[in-house]
Amino acid sequence: MAQSLAKEFTKGLWAEIPPFRLVLGLCPTLAVTKSVENGIGMGIATTFVLVFSNLLISLLRNIIPSKVRIACYIVIVATFVTITELLMQAYTYELFLKLGIFIPLIVVNCIVLGRAEAFANKNGPLPSIADGLGIGIGYTCSLAALGAVRELLGNGTLTIWGGTPAFQMGSDFMPFKFLLEAPGAFMGLGLMLCLMNLIGKK
Amino acid sequence: MGDLFVLVISCIFINNILLAQYLGNCPFLGTSKKMETAVGMAMAVIFVLVLAGAITWIVNQYMLKALNVEYLQTLSFILVIAALVQFVEMFLKKSIPALYAGLGIFLPLITTNCAVLGVCLINIKEEYTFIESLVTSFAYAAGFGLALILFAGVRERILLARVPKPLQDVSIGLITAGIIAMTFMSFKGMV
Repeated sequence: MAQSLAKEFTKGLWAEIPPFRLVLGLCPTLAVTKSVENGIGMGIATTFVLVFSNLLISLLRNIIPSKVRIACYIVIVATFVTITELLMQAYTYELFLKLGIFIPLIVVNCIVLGRAEAFANKNGPLPSIADGLGIGIGYTCSLAALGAVRELLGNGTLTIWGGTPAFQMGSDFMPFKFLLEAPGAFMGLGLMLCLMNLIGKK
Repeated sequence: MGDLFVLVISCIFINNILLAQYLGNCPFLGTSKKMETAVGMAMAVIFVLVLAGAITWIVNQYMLKALNVEYLQTLSFILVIAALVQFVEMFLKKSIPALYAGLGIFLPLITTNCAVLGVCLINIKEEYTFIESLVTSFAYAAGFGLALILFAGVRERILLARVPKPLQDVSIGLITAGIIAMTFMSFKGMV
């Protein structure tokens, strides 16, 4: 039991890590990774929604009629997104402002619905939590990694949490501002994907 | 009238939904391998987005605001969009089978297209009037279509090119999208 749970958890960290192996949830990936902090914030919010919606959907999987399942999933996911939105507005207001429209858009993040459809509706609550947690943490790591590349090269800083940079490049460093713009986001992600492919599929 | 024209230009080119606002990227990469699917998706998005923009505006103004429950925006909008997509699908199947055959498989995908929900939320956030919301919905959708079709054209050519193995498929697609986004960046400062 514990072993299979661990397997469900760890597959999200490498073998099926979104958005690289599982090419889903690209919009927030491109939009919020201007800094590590935003990436981590978005990742944690998505993980929260993913774990709880996976849990609830897996508990209700025998009750929800299969014909209207997608609509039911969307309502469940939207509920947790609204909870996340209100919580973030109350406790992490600055991050809430920075992520803006992308918090409500977690509803249509294909990762969440994808896991509901591909995993939670076929498995019990515990494996579903493990799956959600694994995929969520994997997603957070990807966002943080892309955020780190873009922030370090584009702005010359690294901000892990709280708004003040934890690391700053020397004053002779010329920031590569292009990476903070939209084209830089696309190319950065494309090159990271290429790097992941080079390291090889497991 | 002049203001609306400026709004249209800025929504299509300057704030292009795909390339400047980062919305709707999953179908952007998913349906752009062939020109036919790209055109189908673009048409379906224009169709649904204009309807969704109008209906969510009405829902927000006369239901959510009236009842003072604006925090239910996300939940109610996504339900409206899901229902709308279902309705449009049934309606087209019955009355315009030719159009349904063209758009058919793309319609269900639109529910989870973040461009649709995104534009509805932007309309509310920017406090547009009803007419402005209608116009921006159409313009954003048209911008989506333009970028998607441009991208599909480029991508069809890339399929014939010999791309290094690790760069293949999505990776080269993203880099191409980056180059197209760069051309769209040059519209900045026009309005």
